[in-house]
Amino acid sequence: MTAAGSANGHARLGSFPAAVEREAPREARSYHGQPVIKEPIWHPEIPWYFFAGGLGGASAGLAWLAELRGNEVLARRAWIGALVGTGMSPVLLISDLGRPARFLYMLRMFKVTSPMSVGSWVLAVSGGAASAAGLDALLPPARRRWRRLLRVAAIPARPAAAAAGLPLATYTGALIAQTAVPVWHEARRELPALFAAGAAASAGALASALTPVAHAGPARRLALVGCVAELAIVPLMEHRLGELGEPYHREAAGAYGRLARGLTVAGSLLLAARAERSRAAAAAGGALVLAGAACERWSVFKAGFQSARDPRYTVAPQRRRIAGGRTRGASRRVVAAGAARAAGLAGRGGAS
Amino acid sequence: MGSNMAEQHPVGFQWVVEAKERGATVMHVDPRYTRTSAVADLHVPLRPGSDIAFLGGVINYILSNDRQFTEYVRHYTNARVIIKDEFKDPEELDGFFSGWVPEDGVYNVSTWGYAGTSGELPAGKREQTGDVSGDQAHGAHGMRLEHGEPPEEDWSLEHPNCVFQLLKRHFARYTPEMVEQVCGVPREKLLQVAEILCRNSGRERTSAICYAVGWTQHTHGVQNIRAASIVQLLLGNIGRPGGGILALRGHANIQGSTDIPTLYDILPGYIPMPHPDAGDDLDEFVERNGPDTGAWGDLKSYAVSLLKAWWGDAATPENQFAFPYLPRIDGDHSHYQMMLRMLDGRTRGFVVIGQNPAVGSANAGLQRRALANLEWLVVRDTNEIETAAFWYDSPEIEAGETSPEQIGTEVFFLPAAAHTEKDGTFTNTQRLLQWHFKAVEPPRDCRSDLWFTYHLGRRVRARLAGSTEERDRPLLDLTWDYPTQGPQDEPDAETVMQEVNGRHADGSFVSRYQELRDDGSTTCGSWIHAGIYRDGENQSARKKPGGEQSWIAPEWGWAWPSNRRILYNRASADPEGRPWSERKKYVWWDASERRWASLGDDPDFVPDRPPDYEPPEDAKAMDAISGSSPFILHPDGLGWLYAPTGLVDGPLPTHYEPHESPVPNLLYAQRSVPTRQTFPRPENPYNPSDVQPGADVFPFVLATYRLTEHHTAGGMSRTVPYLAELQPELFCEVSPALAAERGLEHGGWATIVTTRTAIEARVMVTDRVQPLKVADRLVHQVGVPYHWGRKGLVKGDSANDLLPLVLDLNVHISEFKTATCDIVAGRRPRGPALSAFVEEYRRRAGVVPGEPVREDRAGRAEGGAAG
Amino acid sequence: MSELEVRTYGGEARPRVGFFTDTSLCIGCKACEVACKEWNRVPESPQGFTGNSYDNSIDLGANRWRHVAFVEQRKELGVDGVAAGGLVEAASLESLVTDTGLQTYQDGEGLRWLMASDVCKHCTHAACLEVCPTGALFRTEFGTVVVQEDVCNGCGYCIPACPFGVLDQREGDGRAWKCTLCYDRLKDDKEPACAQACPTDSIQFGELEELRGRADRRLEQLAEAGLEGAQLYLADSSDGVGGAGAFFLLLDDPEVYGLPPDPVDTTRDVGESWAAVGVAAAGLAAALIGSVLLGGRR
Repeated sequence: MTAAGSANGHARLGSFPAAVEREAPREARSYHGQPVIKEPIWHPEIPWYFFAGGLGGASAGLAWLAELRGNEVLARRAWIGALVGTGMSPVLLISDLGRPARFLYMLRMFKVTSPMSVGSWVLAVSGGAASAAGLDALLPPARRRWRRLLRVAAIPARPAAAAAGLPLATYTGALIAQTAVPVWHEARRELPALFAAGAAASAGALASALTPVAHAGPARRLALVGCVAELAIVPLMEHRLGELGEPYHREAAGAYGRLARGLTVAGSLLLAARAERSRAAAAAGGALVLAGAACERWSVFKAGFQSARDPRYTVAPQRRRIAGGRTRGASRRVVAAGAARAAGLAGRGGAS
Repeated sequence: MGSNMAEQHPVGFQWVVEAKERGATVMHVDPRYTRTSAVADLHVPLRPGSDIAFLGGVINYILSNDRQFTEYVRHYTNARVIIKDEFKDPEELDGFFSGWVPEDGVYNVSTWGYAGTSGELPAGKREQTGDVSGDQAHGAHGMRLEHGEPPEEDWSLEHPNCVFQLLKRHFARYTPEMVEQVCGVPREKLLQVAEILCRNSGRERTSAICYAVGWTQHTHGVQNIRAASIVQLLLGNIGRPGGGILALRGHANIQGSTDIPTLYDILPGYIPMPHPDAGDDLDEFVERNGPDTGAWGDLKSYAVSLLKAWWGDAATPENQFAFPYLPRIDGDHSHYQMMLRMLDGRTRGFVVIGQNPAVGSANAGLQRRALANLEWLVVRDTNEIETAAFWYDSPEIEAGETSPEQIGTEVFFLPAAAHTEKDGTFTNTQRLLQWHFKAVEPPRDCRSDLWFTYHLGRRVRARLAGSTEERDRPLLDLTWDYPTQGPQDEPDAETVMQEVNGRHADGSFVSRYQELRDDGSTTCGSWIHAGIYRDGENQSARKKPGGEQSWIAPEWGWAWPSNRRILYNRASADPEGRPWSERKKYVWWDASERRWASLGDDPDFVPDRPPDYEPPEDAKAMDAISGSSPFILHPDGLGWLYAPTGLVDGPLPTHYEPHESPVPNLLYAQRSVPTRQTFPRPENPYNPSDVQPGADVFPFVLATYRLTEHHTAGGMSRTVPYLAELQPELFCEVSPALAAERGLEHGGWATIVTTRTAIEARVMVTDRVQPLKVADRLVHQVGVPYHWGRKGLVKGDSANDLLPLVLDLNVHISEFKTATCDIVAGRRPRGPALSAFVEEYRRRAGVVPGEPVREDRAGRAEGGAAG
Repeated sequence: MSELEVRTYGGEARPRVGFFTDTSLCIGCKACEVACKEWNRVPESPQGFTGNSYDNSIDLGANRWRHVAFVEQRKELGVDGVAAGGLVEAASLESLVTDTGLQTYQDGEGLRWLMASDVCKHCTHAACLEVCPTGALFRTEFGTVVVQEDVCNGCGYCIPACPFGVLDQREGDGRAWKCTLCYDRLKDDKEPACAQACPTDSIQFGELEELRGRADRRLEQLAEAGLEGAQLYLADSSDGVGGAGAFFLLLDDPEVYGLPPDPVDTTRDVGESWAAVGVAAAGLAAALIGSVLLGGRR
């Protein structure tokens, strides 16, 4: 047995098709190349949902703040973003789930350990508030009773939509981080920030594109801040992921990532350089940034699938944790039996 | 050996696993590394068909190192018996025993007997002359001895013609070096196995050998098992706890269908089927078929009780207890002979129950062509199997050789009930019968086999009612009165069991076979099963948990005979009746009670016969067996290291090459079993072997086998989604070396070719199959499971289409387990191109279908017995 | 955590049960797969011929709650000759004798074939249950983790959350399915179908405490027999999932069987995630405020 083999003198035999891999390094061992974890089953609605939630959430904040600042022109446009973003979100979710009733099941309980549960409530609150606030802002005044009720409802709804928009734009980072997908879970500290940046960029970009240039200053600034943050966080995240970040450079995730960066850079440059003067440039720049933010979500989404599919991404970091002494792993050999058993028994004392 | 127990008998294998947990060493001698090898302590790969050479090596190791259990061998086996002077061993005749009759292709066995016994063949041994394998083919109850003792013995075991010395000479050349050359087993491995066996045998320890169809499905299948018997008798492993030779049967209840047979040549309880020349005289039948001594000495009681069970009041002393009613067999009516007759248009109708010959029989193409020559065919099965569908879907139709329009066979398919839909018993390898209860009613038109048989008989009898024809008497006089129950008028299976158990004249149940009488006062449908309904209780339905009784578990089910769990268990005590050791104590003589006592089993001996009993001069039956002779079914009460009678191919196992083999016989000039049955006809061509010209066209060894996930020909597993998905496609297993040589790609397709046909399979390249160094060359193996066919949820070519029909004359079982073949990458040709493809192979190999089998190496013509 | 959940059952709580799957006893018969499907009416799931040794069912999923893995391994022997060399391991008679008393289990000559029946682990800290937004996944009174099929809305969150890849969505149904440890049978004091069907007791069912003790003894026994690769997997409360209800004795590293060597209930990091969300939200708020309030009005 050569040194490269496993500790007990065995190496994996070939799997289909005929790859006789007798001397696989230990961290690359797998069961016939099969994934250890399952890929998510989420449909394409989900990255769009991430995008829409970010857009809606940040737009609500932008709208409310613009209102406070007295920029009604911008606020009205931003409410459109909030309304569209938060309005689309449940539609996308229901489309993913298959039946409307299934969304209601989300509200059976509130679980802090489940970002999806928390997010569902956030979406419910945010969606309700943004709808009230947005409709109130966009619909012409009328003497109808429902319109008066809407006006009253919108008073608390505006700040509520703005406030709920913050978690709506960011919780999705936690949502995917709370899975066993290595490229997501190991990026749990960066993903919410990345999504926040994307939310800022897209909300700002949409508002910039819709708003007359004279009133769009805050939106442009927001878009640029978002773009800069997004462009900064992606390399930071990849750096922290180390080898695990590999999927971001491969296949669909890599393509979306490169596209996202290109679009974001181009869009932000256009916004920064020309949007102050040209409505067309603002529209084009906004569209580019929006597309960039969407692509970034797709890149993250695809990277998760890719990393779930390849057992190396699951096994290798776990092996490194064990090798580095950060954890003992889930296996106990008899060599360490005494100590391990003591630990096991102590831990077990409390159970059952 | 010859068994892949973990895969084919996983439920029984739990006991092997448990034994291993308790420290037993598990050794697996098998051509492939299987799931059994995976959990064995030692896997010894050997070339298919070389088992006798391997076991011969073990025997030689025992004898040349004096490792036998001498006291056991001296007292309990026929090692001390002196054999006739005229007997000659293959050592002397280069591969033949004395008595070979080349023109008939059979042996005259008169020189094989014990010295001092009659030189004449016992009357009625027609099968020994080759044509008929009737009476004693399934038992060794033919030899006639005065008062149960061999005439000439040498207790010192030194007489040059005593069995012990014959054995030594016979196996002297089976050295580790020779075994390595013949089997491809490294000599160290042989020594390892032999040494472990020896160390684990003797007074304190015992070893068991399990085999299955890996041994039986050879032209020397019976002799494989004989070789194991010699090992076990020499080591003292028979009749003792933890010992024995376990025949793992091919299906659930195959054992039961032999005990109460579906075979053509025996009656229930292994009573021979009478021949026409025995006339109508029952006494003559008994005279011809039963030795005077040993348990078969009471054959007349068994036979009369059987006749009384079947014909009741119509069986009287005046009409020989209806003995003339029994059918007579006039020749070989075994499965393959029947199919060959069918092929020749000499069989008009065929009823197939629980069998799928179109997939499961050797040379399945020949089987299907035979079916096409029938007038009518009845198939009873749970699903429409290939045998029922052959007329519209078969490889022959696909190849354009025939078409539904050309096949005149009228096929009736009758749906059958599954075992969960009917009551009955399963008999497993150690003769244990276990009752199973009906869980649900069979759906729609499905009926049990019992229902079918009973109502068929009832209707036939109704049609014959009032007939005055003498020929109809056997049917009309039958006791055919089983009560029926339920909506479908299902006959009560327990009443059948009651008939099998038997009754006394007063109607009470017989409790053991010793109670049977030859005067017509008892009935018994199968003497070995007497007692299964003891005390009016279905003994086979007992299911007392193992934890609530002794480890012998006598109250779980019921084992024939007399609920005896270990046969010949008298051998677990020494000649004086004391246990060989405390550790292996099982049955012993209790001197104070003057009875045989046991840990809980039924002592296999006359209960109060003391160990020092010596039979008087005129003793018969069991009275003729001495108190220290445990093997009571033999006329001498001894375990036969040497079989003086009962076998047609030799009294000692001898290594012969399989009929199709790429290598020569290194031990003898005679290449293959001289008496094997070959059928040289156009539908059954043979590959050239060894050094014959054209042999190199088929250079590889082909082995067929089964997988856990499927059952035999697939009728019960390829039709079940949960099983079908587990092994969805036919595949072949080849070594990386062979894959490289032939360009086979893992997961791709390969075509496997013999002169019979070619099939295609997915390729599984695996280290579990390896070439073997045999006779200084590398022999590659191709392994193919045989479960697939053209019906069911998962389909594929049938491996048995590749095999030739070549039989062991003793039992007419074909050599499924090894043949030669070629393998090439890619899928097989379709349609007429397939025939052309195979034809090209035949041309290259110089095979002319139908021409006689070529001469063996020694130059002797071997027409084959039935050729 | 599990104990807390079970405690909500009050007097109805039962001792925690589970599986000890001793792969050294597995003969790869797949009776567990079939018995499971029969009892639980799990749909068929034909995958075709995979070439993965004798495994044609690939992995656990919505339509397969027990899965038997087959791993063929070869020891490098360095014996002369080509492929035939592998079989000619020179074993001296002496070493044999010492070997005889030992249990070498699945060590053949140069070859071994590992078989192992995999199943839902019924983790103490079960990520699937934690992330389930509907409460469809719940902890039973036996300490097992079960999906309520009438509550599951098919959100699919549990699927990537499981560190073992146990759960999956059933096509045409949309919901997630997995082993229930035969919850219905447990309620009738019957052992799960797979354990009952297992002929060699490779799958042992029982109270977890008792099973863990049995496993400890078994591991020691195998270690004494010289099986250095033998390891207990998920048998301790100290691992990333707090120990599992279904744990294993493996003869090689977990990844060889398709199991993660250090599985983690990722929801234990939920605090970190929420903190990151908080930071991100604050950052977003700051960006908004900065953009709107700090800059010019227009």
